[in-house]
Amino acid sequence: MATDRIVGIDLGTTNSLVAFMQGETPVVIPGDDGLNLLPSVVALDSNNHPVVGNAARNSLIETPERAVYSIKRLMGRGVEDIQEELKLFPFRLAEDMQPGEVLRIKLGDKTFTPPEISALILRQLKRSAERFFGGAVTKAVITVPAYFNDAQRQATKDAGRIAGLEVLRLVNEPTAASLAYGLDKKQNGIVAVYDLGGGTFDISILKLHDGIFEVIATNGDTHLGGDDIDNLLITIALDDIRGDLGLDLRRNAEAVQAIRKAVIEAKITLSSQPSIKLDIELPGGHRYRREITREQYEQLIQPILDRTVGPCKQAMKDAGLKPEQIDEVVLVGGSTRIPKVRELVKELFRREPHTDLNPDEVVALGAAVQANILGGGSEATENMLLLDVTPLSLGIEVAGGVTDKIILRNSTIPASATQFYTTQVDGQANVAIHVLQGERELAKDCRSLARFDLKGIPGMAAGIPRVEVKFLIDANGILHVSAREQRSGKEAEIQVQPSYGLTDEQVEGMILDSFDNAEEDFRRRQLIEARSETSTILAALEKGKKSPAWGQLTTGEKKQIAKMEKNLVAVNAEEDYHAIRKAIDALNQGTTRLAELMMDTAVSTALKGKNMNETDLGEGPTAPHPVAKAEFE
Amino acid sequence: MTNSALTAISAKPLPPETHSCWSCGSLFETTRAAHFCESCGKVQPPVPVDYFSFFGLPLKLELDVAALEKSFYELSRKLHPDLNARAGSQEQEWSLEQSSLLNDAYRTLRDPIKRTEYLLHLEGVELEEQSKSATEQARATGGIKKQIVPPDLLEEVFELNIQLEELRMNKKMGDDDPALIEEIGKQKLSLEARHEALLQELEVRWRMWDGMIQRTQNGQPVSEEERRQEREKMVDVLNRRNYIRNLVRDVNAAMEG
Repeated sequence: MATDRIVGIDLGTTNSLVAFMQGETPVVIPGDDGLNLLPSVVALDSNNHPVVGNAARNSLIETPERAVYSIKRLMGRGVEDIQEELKLFPFRLAEDMQPGEVLRIKLGDKTFTPPEISALILRQLKRSAERFFGGAVTKAVITVPAYFNDAQRQATKDAGRIAGLEVLRLVNEPTAASLAYGLDKKQNGIVAVYDLGGGTFDISILKLHDGIFEVIATNGDTHLGGDDIDNLLITIALDDIRGDLGLDLRRNAEAVQAIRKAVIEAKITLSSQPSIKLDIELPGGHRYRREITREQYEQLIQPILDRTVGPCKQAMKDAGLKPEQIDEVVLVGGSTRIPKVRELVKELFRREPHTDLNPDEVVALGAAVQANILGGGSEATENMLLLDVTPLSLGIEVAGGVTDKIILRNSTIPASATQFYTTQVDGQANVAIHVLQGERELAKDCRSLARFDLKGIPGMAAGIPRVEVKFLIDANGILHVSAREQRSGKEAEIQVQPSYGLTDEQVEGMILDSFDNAEEDFRRRQLIEARSETSTILAALEKGKKSPAWGQLTTGEKKQIAKMEKNLVAVNAEEDYHAIRKAIDALNQGTTRLAELMMDTAVSTALKGKNMNETDLGEGPTAPHPVAKAEFE
Repeated sequence: MTNSALTAISAKPLPPETHSCWSCGSLFETTRAAHFCESCGKVQPPVPVDYFSFFGLPLKLELDVAALEKSFYELSRKLHPDLNARAGSQEQEWSLEQSSLLNDAYRTLRDPIKRTEYLLHLEGVELEEQSKSATEQARATGGIKKQIVPPDLLEEVFELNIQLEELRMNKKMGDDDPALIEEIGKQKLSLEARHEALLQELEVRWRMWDGMIQRTQNGQPVSEEERRQEREKMVDVLNRRNYIRNLVRDVNAAMEG
């Protein structure tokens, strides 16, 4: 069913992937460079056109002011939350940012919100999938860190919409990983998923029961990952350079990016080698050389790794389980390749963790499994069902600035709670409600999700109205609120003021923008592909005319072919790719007999029924790629 | 699908009711609220029911949690939004509401304390609101929330509070008093034992309550006074249990802090 082609997307801090369930197995769809991982880097080229992935990665060093990475760290956050981030990451905020406004990041002299930048990454993945299928892809399951709050989830969903994708479900990354993992094993028991990625850490504990994947507890830190290790190593290098050479490079974006590239390579090498020699070229002909041993490196990163221990213990406590009761431990995320991480996990859960699935791909594969379930399932996913939880408690602010928790963390979602409100003064028509997310006692220590104004409460004496407000967390972990005044039965109007996030109108505007572009992009791509097919078939035809087979055709057949050829050449000069395709198809049909005649008697029997385009007569410029067609930009 | 799990939970099923499916029109009987059509499987519009009736259970407190879990899984496989993602928007909305109700009901009923509190709530007793209004009153007057100390604990609690205060002072000054920590540890063990005993006492109250409900079902008269007394006994156990639990929490906080 072409219309129900739902892809699974892992929108990662460092890399992003798109996957699809091919038959009974989830597979990652490669990009136009043939690689499975798309670096989550976005840059503007010299024409102000966005480029994504490896192409953008080069720009990080050459024109760092036109590129951005790790944008996931900024999703659903406000200026006041990211002060730490701004010290460590080269994010350039727009100068005219107002407090409470959605962040805007500068690339060159243009500005983009984090959902828009993420949308560019998603659109690149969408294109890879469209090339893979040879048709439009409009529906997706996107993964998010389990510990993402409502605003971060909403921002991810917005990014999908902006990219022209209907986001059917947001799935928590560790849960998605367990789906990919469970598909192989099909067994019952308690599984812990330890997911240390580029920028986020999650721990989830699940109960597997006859295909039901029930999350019992989850915990994490949305700002802990490989990025932190990189930043630590960069800081050390910068300090060294300042001490040894008296060179302060902290403001030199190109040099910082060159160092970043080198320390990331060093980090990866140290997972398999006992030591590494850093040798980095610096401005002014200097070089930075330093040897780091595995032992030194492990000592340096220990404090970062230790930050994963607290969430693991809390998750086990919340699940009411001891390490001995956990049957399997699964590792997810690139940072779990670090031997020290594996050691720590082994110590925490007292068992050897599973590493049989590629930790970079397992989340995307799981997203593809979930996409398959949502699309109606298949033999492989039959009986599979995911029951996930909300990672953070939902509360409302009550008198004294205290949080009154109404849905506790680790509640299975969808989950709901009902609260009753009344008025303080006679005839009061509005009641303000402040919704919070978090575990802390005081409202100011929790995350503000939104402020609601209940409006149009019928005029009554103070304390008489009884407004029923229903809070519902959906299967994506996103909050919905509805209200009704019980005495009058009147639906109360709710005005939502998201504390951090785009309004619907803003998202709509961004969708239109990118839709215009997307359609234009799609049309342009189709045209390029159609034209290259035209040249392939025309070249093949030229070859055919020179072969003895040509003489065997009747005059009528030759005339017919000439007419079709002329038509194809004519429409090929126009802009309508539909017309070109039609003309190609016609010529293909018309040359079937020619193609047959051209074969040796021996081969021709084997190839009977094939037409010009399928014989290997003309190896044109668009010889099909084994998995996907080549793309021309 | 079979409803074997459901019959296992309730010794005496509620009288079945007949529903007609909004989609295929077929009539089906069910002992619980009509969540989905037995013939075409489509999710039905949610009806406001209490959590017990949602699972087709009588208002009784002794409950087979394993059977409840099985029933929860069976219903999840019908109601969850993931399995209704291709349905119309109205059905998707029902699926969302039905499965949130299912999750809320399961979360409440599987937990012995929450289950008891919920039943009392259905009986018109608002434990949480009592506690909340006491908290708010304390805040408004600037006073301390009054905790009713169970009389048999008065002396012990007094002693424990002094020891905890001493421990906090020690921690602040960086002093170490192993004897004091050992003493508090012993107190904590005794509190935990008491907590356990209260849970058992609660189970006794459940049996009394369930017996009373059984008698009404059998057509024997139960006076409103008897019902009220049973409720109050449960409230009393719950209050004492909450008090002990808060004490244990304080002890843990002081020891770890």
